[in-house]
Amino acid sequence: MTTSYESNVVLSTKEYDVVGSRPIRHDGADKVTGSAKYGADTSPTGLIYGKILRSPHAHARIVSIDTNGAEALATTRAIVTGADFTGGDGEKETRDLRESVMATRKVLYKGHPIVGVAATSPHDAEEAIKLIKIEYEILPHVLTAPDAMSKAAPILHEDNRSEYSGDDVPTNVEEYIHHQKGDIAKGFARADVVVEREYNTATVHQGYIEPQNTTVIWGKDGRVRIWCSTQGPFDVRDATAKALGLEESEVVLTPQEIGGGFGGKFDPYGAPVAALLSKKTNRPVKIVMTRSEDLEASGPTPGSFIKVKMGCTKKGELVAAQAYMAYESGAYSGSMISAGTMCVFAPYECENMEVQGFGVFVNKPSTNAYRAPGATNAEFASESVIDELAAKTGIDPVEFRMLNAATEGTRRVDGPVFPTIGLTDVLDSIKNHPHYSAPLEGPNTGRGIAVGWWVNGGGPSSVTININSDGTCSLIEGSPDIGGTRTSISMQAAEVLGIPVEDINPMVVSTDEVGYTAGTGGSRVTFATGMAAHNAAQDVKRQMEKRAAKIWDVNSESVEMTSGVIRSKADNELSMTFKELAAEMNNTGEPIVGRATVDAGGVGSAYCGNIVDLHVDTETGKVNILRFTAVQDVGKAIHPSYVEGQMQGGSVQGIGWALNEEYFMGDDGSMANSTFLDYRIPVANDLPMIDTVIVETANPGHPFGVRGVGEVNIVPPPAAIANAINNAIGVRMNVLPMSPVNIMNNIWRNDG
Amino acid sequence: MATVFIPPLMQKLTGGERTVDVEGKNVREVINNLEVLHPGTRERLVDGFKLKPNISVAVDGETTPIGMLEKVGEDSEVHFLPAIGGG
Repeated sequence: MTTSYESNVVLSTKEYDVVGSRPIRHDGADKVTGSAKYGADTSPTGLIYGKILRSPHAHARIVSIDTNGAEALATTRAIVTGADFTGGDGEKETRDLRESVMATRKVLYKGHPIVGVAATSPHDAEEAIKLIKIEYEILPHVLTAPDAMSKAAPILHEDNRSEYSGDDVPTNVEEYIHHQKGDIAKGFARADVVVEREYNTATVHQGYIEPQNTTVIWGKDGRVRIWCSTQGPFDVRDATAKALGLEESEVVLTPQEIGGGFGGKFDPYGAPVAALLSKKTNRPVKIVMTRSEDLEASGPTPGSFIKVKMGCTKKGELVAAQAYMAYESGAYSGSMISAGTMCVFAPYECENMEVQGFGVFVNKPSTNAYRAPGATNAEFASESVIDELAAKTGIDPVEFRMLNAATEGTRRVDGPVFPTIGLTDVLDSIKNHPHYSAPLEGPNTGRGIAVGWWVNGGGPSSVTININSDGTCSLIEGSPDIGGTRTSISMQAAEVLGIPVEDINPMVVSTDEVGYTAGTGGSRVTFATGMAAHNAAQDVKRQMEKRAAKIWDVNSESVEMTSGVIRSKADNELSMTFKELAAEMNNTGEPIVGRATVDAGGVGSAYCGNIVDLHVDTETGKVNILRFTAVQDVGKAIHPSYVEGQMQGGSVQGIGWALNEEYFMGDDGSMANSTFLDYRIPVANDLPMIDTVIVETANPGHPFGVRGVGEVNIVPPPAAIANAINNAIGVRMNVLPMSPVNIMNNIWRNDG
Repeated sequence: MATVFIPPLMQKLTGGERTVDVEGKNVREVINNLEVLHPGTRERLVDGFKLKPNISVAVDGETTPIGMLEKVGEDSEVHFLPAIGGG
């Protein structure tokens, strides 16, 4: 097998001075030397430790809670239950939030929090928890969306109703979505070839290395201070305030360095409990979840059942596409079904489409986002069917996709029309990549491709830039840095100011110190906070030009700043560098501070495609990835190395989702593999180098053309791998993970 | 007039019409005028003075974070979509 390494490729469309270069990240030294402070590194004086007693049952009514034994321990400092959460409004949203933080009536999954204990050490807190007695009335549980939709299913929330099943009937369906375009019946009537398949995908976890953690002080001034690992400082601040019945301004959150999130760190898993324990003890309280707690009781991304039916003409024109999708919501509202229905057919122009989607309560923890949430499940199904249609019509799979590719003006199944998008550029790059035409060698080896789409996000961000008299700047922002975004944001400011990015010192600060900024998710930070940095730098630039005009006693209209030099357009003698003017700043007027807030629109959605070569061991069902190429339209790569890192990371997580990862649920509704020994994420020796091709189809909605890069790369791997497995051994996989067991089952089923 | 695309689950309120032409300079006016034409539609979309938390609105293809305040042009397309978040 040829596995020659094709170096990472950037198909750049526009050159800048700073944007597009590869400087060393600002936080690099702190991180490689171990001095960076992560959430669990926070240890204020007087710290005590919290632990949470969690339900051992998947579904049960709480009859009684007896904490006397725990209270009697000398090392116990405080105990809280759901009854301690009081104040604020009594809206359903607040009640559900509090029940999710700490159950008072029913537990809805194994791991559901019931009692919090603070003690002098984590081990003492664990000992105290063992002495708490809880009487349960065990209820039947349900673990998958199709089962939970059946008439005989136990109901998680008796007051839940759905338009799908009627207003009078309790149901587990918490969200019902229906999109349609054209006439689906007429579409299938035109089809010469129809493929209809059913797919099941397992619940999976984001698998961030740093578990959920929080340290909280309820101060004597009445303010709650939180240090934690989070993607959404303002989200966790606001939810904690709501759970505690406080105003948002009574809570301040300082985000620490973050050891991965991928969508799983927007919720306040321990902060409200730690806050109440702190209030009772007047001590700072730290709660760090174990890996098992994290897997069992944070927010995995949904398992799903998906049925896809698509039809095309003999010439390969897609004429009908239909999907039925049921996603697990977990214990409370908020499945990823909305995005799933939006994404399932997004790569294709097709006149007739229909999608029905359901979010369904099941006895698992509430599901959460995971890189392009909802899209990976959906496009695993649709891209597998597309591959079958291509094979049945005898058309090359890239050509088939190109023939039907969505382009500017294509109307999505959910209604909106695509602006400028880069799918055809991605497909061109796949077709022309040497990987696609390289020979495959050996038996049971195969090649597959797939593409995926994700909508990306925008929204509010705030940035302030303070100019120092030595010509450096501090850049204040509110987006926790997960993928090198301190640097990618600073680079956009540096480009405007014409200074080296090393002269900018970016800081991610607390919720008290920066204007509202939406969380680090939705691939939005380099796009939206980068836009704020660009605009704040423009503000600095205007002030610098004005200051130079004042110094030179000329009209400010006659002064311009380009590439870090301020000069008079009328007099060549009048010229100063950025540093020279900064040195004069404090002698010539007020300090120069640039600021900008944005509610970023103009979001550019993104496509990614994969080429994968693999080998299937038909004796064991084990799949070895031999070669993997990821091609992604990023709009503009501000820092190509970090973009490549995102593409490689997303691809690896997609490979793990495809081949290994699953919540293996026992009959009692508990997760049987709640450690990283048994919940197997890919490690380095499972994988070849992930080759990348950066395609730049500029997003007109961003000053530098950025689309956002963090998510879409996880979408195509499962489908590309399924298509490669079929190419290798002639077996179509309809289940994730495509683990050895599931592959052998499908091989044996094919063999009769 | 703007063209409002009616989600399938609301089309029983519009007599099966998939699109309705509605006057309005912003999303709020469009929804209020849609309610006049097809009673019951406002309640499906709005809670008080805001879009319901599970609904977002796209004007001319772009989902807007300012919801009811978003301007609507004479030939705009207006879509009511399920709200989504990212990871």
